[in-house]
Amino acid sequence: MGVAIFLVCFPLLVAPVMYLIPNDKVRGRVTYACGALIAAAALCLTACWAAGGMQVIEAYDPAAWVDHLILAGEIVLAVIVTILCFKYHRGVISLLAIVPTAMIAFLELRGPKLAEVNAIYVDHLSILMCLIIGIIGVLIVVYAVGYMEGYHEHHTGFVNRKNYFFMVLFLFLGAMFGFVLSLSLLWIDLFWEITSVCSFLLIGYTKTDEAIANAFRALWMNLLGGTALAVGIVYLGYRTGNVALQSLISLGVAGRVIAVIPIALIAFAALTKAAQLPFSTWLMGAMVAPTPSSALLHSATMVKAGIYMLFRLAPAMPGTTTGMMVSLVGGFTFFMASIMAISQRDAKKVLALSTISNLGLMVACAGVGRPETIWAGIFLMLFHAVSKSLLFQDVGATENATGSRNIEDMHGLMYRLPRLAIFMFVGIAGMYLAPFGMLISKWSALKAAVDNNNIILVLFIAFGSATTGFYWTKWMGKLIAFSHRSGQKESDHMFPEEVLSLTVHAVLMIALCVLLPLISKAYVDPLLVEMFGTYTDVLSTSILIMLVVTICFVFAIPMLSMVYTRNLKMNMKLSYMSGINAGNNKRFIDAMGDKKKIWLVNYYFEDFIQADRMMRYSQIFAAAVLIIMICVVIGGVL
Amino acid sequence: MIEKIIGVAAYILLAQLVGGLLDGLDRKISARMQGRVGPPLLQPFYDVRKLFAKQIVGVINSSQAAMLYSYLLLMVFSGCIFFAGNDILMSVFVLSTASLFLYFTAVITGSPYNSIAASRELIQIMTYEPAVILACVGFYMASGTFNVSGIIHSDMVMITRLPGFFIAFVFILTIKMRKSPFDVSTSHHAHQELVKGVTTEMGARNLAIYTVAEWYEVVYLLGFVALFVINQQWWSFVLAVVVILAVYFLEILIDNSSARVKYGAMLKWTWAMTLLAAGVNLLILMLIR
Amino acid sequence: MAKVKKSPWLLHYDGSSCNGCDIETLACLTPVYDAERFGVVNTGDPLQADIFLITGGINTQNKSVVEQLYQQMPWPKVVVAVGTCACTGGIFKDCYNILGGADQVIPVDIYVPGCAARPQAIIDGIIQAVELFQRRSDEHEEKKKGAAHGHHH
Repeated sequence: MGVAIFLVCFPLLVAPVMYLIPNDKVRGRVTYACGALIAAAALCLTACWAAGGMQVIEAYDPAAWVDHLILAGEIVLAVIVTILCFKYHRGVISLLAIVPTAMIAFLELRGPKLAEVNAIYVDHLSILMCLIIGIIGVLIVVYAVGYMEGYHEHHTGFVNRKNYFFMVLFLFLGAMFGFVLSLSLLWIDLFWEITSVCSFLLIGYTKTDEAIANAFRALWMNLLGGTALAVGIVYLGYRTGNVALQSLISLGVAGRVIAVIPIALIAFAALTKAAQLPFSTWLMGAMVAPTPSSALLHSATMVKAGIYMLFRLAPAMPGTTTGMMVSLVGGFTFFMASIMAISQRDAKKVLALSTISNLGLMVACAGVGRPETIWAGIFLMLFHAVSKSLLFQDVGATENATGSRNIEDMHGLMYRLPRLAIFMFVGIAGMYLAPFGMLISKWSALKAAVDNNNIILVLFIAFGSATTGFYWTKWMGKLIAFSHRSGQKESDHMFPEEVLSLTVHAVLMIALCVLLPLISKAYVDPLLVEMFGTYTDVLSTSILIMLVVTICFVFAIPMLSMVYTRNLKMNMKLSYMSGINAGNNKRFIDAMGDKKKIWLVNYYFEDFIQADRMMRYSQIFAAAVLIIMICVVIGGVL
Repeated sequence: MIEKIIGVAAYILLAQLVGGLLDGLDRKISARMQGRVGPPLLQPFYDVRKLFAKQIVGVINSSQAAMLYSYLLLMVFSGCIFFAGNDILMSVFVLSTASLFLYFTAVITGSPYNSIAASRELIQIMTYEPAVILACVGFYMASGTFNVSGIIHSDMVMITRLPGFFIAFVFILTIKMRKSPFDVSTSHHAHQELVKGVTTEMGARNLAIYTVAEWYEVVYLLGFVALFVINQQWWSFVLAVVVILAVYFLEILIDNSSARVKYGAMLKWTWAMTLLAAGVNLLILMLIR
Repeated sequence: MAKVKKSPWLLHYDGSSCNGCDIETLACLTPVYDAERFGVVNTGDPLQADIFLITGGINTQNKSVVEQLYQQMPWPKVVVAVGTCACTGGIFKDCYNILGGADQVIPVDIYVPGCAARPQAIIDGIIQAVELFQRRSDEHEEKKKGAAHGHHH
């Protein structure tokens, strides 16, 4: 299992090298080489594991010094956080780093003898995560090379700290691999904290006041989750003497009381990481960071760490208060975030809110904890990772090209920057349209929610998918609307790296969609068997056939229509403006006899929705739910 | 299998006829309600025939027509899924995809009336979608399957278990069939605030295509209504026809006796109704299960 | 030949007038006259109209509007001028801003005189317009067929 260790260690080792290379060109080359190596290693790990019959692999019994190294890492991290907190006059937050580290250190050094735990744990779920990180993550890093070039050309006010930026990106990649491949909760805790800190560092990249404020908000929320995780681990360590994640899960599945509190606390930690209400604001604030970090950390991978954790815990969820809490918070977040997204004009805010919303749906799936919902959740995660990463990069490139990421400014983008608009169209379609995977996942989630008599979740999904459709569709409409602007083709100033990454994403998106039945049979079903021990045929054959037919039709129909109408001899007329078009469709003659440009704007319901207020109320509500539920959980055990 | 083929063929061939006839009936009854003689029953067919005979026109470029044809074909496809007795939820998802193509048809022109109507169309979609999805959930809970053929093979009359879902569905039918007071994006009435709403930039053949698509949609929706009634008994089919006609008449009556509301009111009333009628029904079903 | 005459859709435009003919035109749709018996629909959209029914005269401001509305209507189409003003400019004819009747800017096919024109006369005008509409449609179809077969008429 050397490959797994390589995956974890290599990015961590590359990170300081990145910092030390001063030359952009050289750093770019090295980034490509390392990125390719990491992606290859992820594929190699997958291949090795598949060659071994796709069995669960537990390997590598670490020497004592490695455990100490982990502890040392934990302490170093706490020290860094503390220094930064005091440097920016937010000393209180450092408590959230010091206390859990102290607790973990105490457990390891003075606590009971813990059972020996293998370090590496490879199964379907961790392989899936490795592939997402190894492919999507690396693509984003490749994209970042070109993007950061353009970013600093446009934002001359910020100090150029690209070497630092890439260092943190690689640090993050290593930590993510470590997170999904580790078995021991102590290790998981370290990697968890590293991702939190990476996110903190990247959000604060520009060092503006806003960026710093948002970075610290992200920090304390994530550290709060980390604290809950640490408390859970220490409790587990003292009560059972075994801090392996899998043993905790089997205790939970067996319904042992001892597992209840750790699972609740870890689930709570996962909710913070997955930016669920009431912790959603950190993800909103994270959008001040340069786009690659938004794509990598705050959409495609890091927030998925929370989801990954919840999926792991899912078998222990059904029928428990924790499961109820998780599905309630998730469903609520799904619905509320989608409503708030309606009122946003800033493309990155829409992406952030839709990320929160989609994560909510995945969290809800995990909370229900049935094979069908996990099936749905896995596909949601897969599709979300690809299409969100595509969208973030595309919006970033659009911003570099047009100087704006306001959706209103994307009016008629299809005619001005066709390449970017088409990628954006594919990405948005992947987020919610039939026949992309989101749809079938929703189908499955709905069915499972009904089967489990989870009425609130059913209502959330029914209403939430309506609001989700609304904000995506109006965005798509903006892209294809006939332009009231120049309508001239412009240059999109894309670097080849960006084009490469976007193309791969789009191809991946469509491939996933076409191969969905195959992936389901070959991969996700075994994953569920591994997780739940039973086989459930989520996609019955009739549904499968239906799905394939639907996919073909929904792809083919617009294509055929396009070809057919292109050859249709049509007489073009002016569009209707009460007969006062000033010669074309872009101007009309006003009451004074002057020519006036028309300007079309979407509905945003800003008065009605008032996102800030809605966010505050939702936070209060969700916080109340969380506190009450956690009290119920803990009270039930004591 | 043979049943499926018959269902699909019947829908593809007969839905236009039935839809057109119902449209004619609608105009006739509306005229009578207003104290007029009204057009012949076959008037909608005359209209479509004329529209096909005219010069083919469009605005902007051919993509408008491409979106429109996609709307029609996806509409027919979703109906085929339904009438073949397949998964009802899948069919509804394809139906909403079809509706999105209607939105694209309108929004792509970038014309002011059409764009406003397109946005409102989108608001309408958001408004009615929960009720439709919940109706599917209701069928699933009552019969244990999402399959239309499975639902009609159950031995009870669905409406007895799903009265709330039925009320919510009939409520949103007013939106779907573009009837007052909820015809905020496009109305069949001659004069309205948005000229011809989403169809403003459709002339001649495009309008004919749209009209035919609308007929398919109405038949599909009424099929949905019938699903609340039909089981394997012969009388249930008779009952279904009666219920369909009653619902259709009710919609005409509402259309002729109410004024258009603003979209905000539409959204609020419909969601409240969906939550109350369908939500409470859902709760009860879950409790007695 | 498609029987298009069973479905004449109107675009009604009111130019410089006293609104008398305008109101009489709408009266045609009321229960008393019920023009919808003949399949008439009063559409507000030139792209969907077959018969351009214009009341009132042409002035310097609405000239371009009338021209554009006419151009936006797909062929075959017929223009009906209803009322004296639409036919000649009527009582406003000598005003500084009046150009004259509708035929000053677009080809008018049917003239319905009257000040104001009576609904019976308007309906009669529409019926005549419908016959013309049918004739033009037949020609249009023949031409299309001819083009398809490679003939030129």
